[in-house]
Amino acid sequence: MQRRTFLTLAAWFVGTTSLTHATVIHNHVPWAPRPNSPPEMVRPGPWQFFTLDEARAMEAIVDRIIPPDPETPGGKIAGCAVFIDRQLKGPYGSNQNLYTLGPHTHGTKEQGPQSALTHAELYRKALAALDKHCKSTQGGKSFAELDADAQDDVLRKIESGEIKFEAVDAKGFFSALLKDVPEGFFSDPIHGGNIDMVGWKMIGFPGIRYDYRDWVGRHNERYPHPPVSIAGRADWTPAKS
Amino acid sequence: MARKLPRKDVVIIGLGWTGSIMAYELADAGLDVIAIERGPWRNTATDYPPGYAADELRYRIRHELFLSPSQTTFTFRNKMSETALPIRTWGAFMPPNGVGGGGVHWNAETWRFLPSDFVLKTHLTQRYGAGFLPEDMTVQDWGVTYDELEPHYDRFEYLCGTSGQAGNIKGTIMEGGNPFEGPRSRAYPNPPQDQPFGHTLFGKAARELGYKPFPQPSGNMSRPYQNPLGVRLGPCTYCGFCEWFGCGNYSKASPQTTILPALVRKPNFTARDNSEVTRINVDGSGKRATGVSFVDTAGDEWEQPADLVVLSAYTIFNVQLLLLSGIGKAYDPAANTGVVGRNFTHQTISDVVSFFDPAKFVFNPFIASGAIGMCIDEFNGDNFDHGPHGFVGGGYMGHVQTNGRPIETTPVPPGTPSWGAAWKKAVKENYQSAIKPGTGVHGSMYSYRDVYLDLDPTYKDRFNRPLVRITMDFHDNEIKQNKFLTDKFAEIFQAMGAKQVHKEYRKAPYDITKYQTTHLCGGAIMGTDPNTSALNRYLQSWDVPNLFVLGASAFPQNAGYNPTGTVAALAYWAADAIRSNYLKNPGQLINA
Ligand SMILES: Cc1cc2nc3c(=O)[nH]c(=O)nc-3n(C[C@H](O)[C@H](O)[C@H](O)COP(=O)(O)OP(=O)(O)OC[C@H]3O[C@@H](n4cnc5c(N)ncnc54)[C@H](O)[C@@H]3O)c2cc1C
Repeated sequence: MQRRTFLTLAAWFVGTTSLTHATVIHNHVPWAPRPNSPPEMVRPGPWQFFTLDEARAMEAIVDRIIPPDPETPGGKIAGCAVFIDRQLKGPYGSNQNLYTLGPHTHGTKEQGPQSALTHAELYRKALAALDKHCKSTQGGKSFAELDADAQDDVLRKIESGEIKFEAVDAKGFFSALLKDVPEGFFSDPIHGGNIDMVGWKMIGFPGIRYDYRDWVGRHNERYPHPPVSIAGRADWTPAKS
Repeated sequence: MARKLPRKDVVIIGLGWTGSIMAYELADAGLDVIAIERGPWRNTATDYPPGYAADELRYRIRHELFLSPSQTTFTFRNKMSETALPIRTWGAFMPPNGVGGGGVHWNAETWRFLPSDFVLKTHLTQRYGAGFLPEDMTVQDWGVTYDELEPHYDRFEYLCGTSGQAGNIKGTIMEGGNPFEGPRSRAYPNPPQDQPFGHTLFGKAARELGYKPFPQPSGNMSRPYQNPLGVRLGPCTYCGFCEWFGCGNYSKASPQTTILPALVRKPNFTARDNSEVTRINVDGSGKRATGVSFVDTAGDEWEQPADLVVLSAYTIFNVQLLLLSGIGKAYDPAANTGVVGRNFTHQTISDVVSFFDPAKFVFNPFIASGAIGMCIDEFNGDNFDHGPHGFVGGGYMGHVQTNGRPIETTPVPPGTPSWGAAWKKAVKENYQSAIKPGTGVHGSMYSYRDVYLDLDPTYKDRFNRPLVRITMDFHDNEIKQNKFLTDKFAEIFQAMGAKQVHKEYRKAPYDITKYQTTHLCGGAIMGTDPNTSALNRYLQSWDVPNLFVLGASAFPQNAGYNPTGTVAALAYWAADAIRSNYLKNPGQLINA
């Protein structure tokens, strides 16, 4: 192997986790009395990726993608912006697991996304462009300062391609939102969204109960038990008096 | 400089389903066996315990158990005239990585192919005449028959504890099973799984329409089971986190739950994980493999000499290693010469999404397993007369409720906006009363002259080796087949009382971003003629006789079923040939 190849290779391995040490397995099952890759829980707290202005815009956006209604909170209370913030800070944001080598050429739709931008860069650029667009067309107001109808109108025009951004693909940004916001609403609360399992309660998804042997034969009967998440459930922890 | 390891009798490249089967068989025969696996060792208790296995974002959406495209990927184009571009994020299929291979996170839908599938070219030509097949279709006979494979299918099903209802035992048609299947020597080791509400409705409607529905053969256990190697599996709990996920209950058949516990106890077996084979080495004659070279995650290079090399790295990686090692003649579609890369296929999948009255139907879609379901086989293979329809091939179709996970499975009626209050309302209203089958129409894809694999001229992997280039498109035959099958499938949901039935036909061009299945086939196919196949009927390389290549890469074309039953049966068939013939007289088993 040539030295140059080897160096790139070494750089690649540094980026991988401790789980990936090569081992020789002989005469035993490599068994450890603990989980190998337990989940990391998102903690509440300051924004980790978004600036305050970006966060304000994002909270407004997620609340239009999934608006509140009398029974179920919207994307903001459900924590969708926090979810996306933590995702963009992590491997998803940096496209860590994707193939990122060039050349980056635009192909057919069937060949899939070819952009050189990371997800984090996409959000950063698109939120800046959205801010610029709103301020110049809406009397100096940012997206978050518009009323709900005006916000919907802007989003609809981004979706349809009527509003374009200069430095970044506005429609591509919208597609990312349509994926990332519902993921925040419906993924396990350990990832920072779906707070209090509101998304799951809305549809009647029981979460990670993992055993329905008693219910598989009960046809056309609604499953009666409330959801459980990987971190359990709020009522398992006695309320402080 | 590569460090040279002590010689072994056998080196196995990739410790997935077929690698595990072959490793066990050859270690059992007393050979000194080493398996080299690209990904990490994986265990139920340590890697996917029930406490966190059910994480949809992590495993389904971010594909944590799979190969990362950053590690290696492929390039893709529809037509030979286009420039192929890299698959930067997985779409149409999802390559496995790590010990257990696809067995860790498959559904465990465990099918046999039809007897006529193995003699496809002969069968179709006899029934319809040679002129009935499209000119550029390159289907072939396999060189092995269903009857020859039957004992090996049986071994895999008893290894896995497959839950199902036999349809044909030694020629006697059994009530409630698949009447179209080839004769089997005995019943499945376990009864079918229990079926949730939607499946029973589907079965009833199909019966009323004159079909013979049957429970899908499933590697999710309907009851506790101890397999012939003494390994025990627990009953499936219908948790709904099966496909894409590792099973925390030991109830999904996988190398981990069926073979590896017995294999690692054999003193003459060794595995190395996190080590990627980069080349199969051949001697100066080019006719004998001397072992393999691999690189581990510390970046160290190794050489493992061996007398026998088993390539079991999954379809497309098998082809990649053959091409990079210069073994076999590379396929050239223009000249129509060469074999490696030829007859690459996938599957022709489509779905029908149905919406029922929420006041009357509660399906509890989350009560699910990867391979549960009710299916019909009337429109598979050549089970029906294709004469009037102008296409060949077909598939099984079924309602297979694999999950109600809310990121993936929250269908809304067509015409619903994709965000906002109306979307939210539709999600809520339809979650319990919509059916989006996990399988749907599971159609065949036959082989064509211009669908193939070769090495990409531009894009490289992290070792600076060329990526494999996929050239693939749907042909009219498959599009017609899919239209016909999807329409038939939709009629069943109509008969179940759906108020709205939405058909999602598969259309050309082939789209690399839309998941179908991870059933890639061909590229190093088996056959009877070295001019049109890379392997003989025992999966032995025509060019390098001490190399056997396992996996669906051997399929000359893909049938209308999931592949692994056949992939595993072929692995046992090859192991049998090695044990009973090759070892006595190592050399070419067939004189071509
Ligand atoms: C999500 C999903 C669901 C599926 N569901 C079904 C189903 O229900 N029914 C069915 O029949 N089939 C199903 N399949 C397909 C099934 O997983 C495969 O058919 C089966 O695993 C193939 O076995 P194999 O041994 O050929 O390859 P694998 O099981 O994939 O094993 C190949 C192994 O080789 C390793 N490897 C690759 N390259 C190298 C290298 N260079 N060096 C060292 N190691 C290497 C890989 O990491 C892998 O572990 C599914 C697949 C997926 C991804």
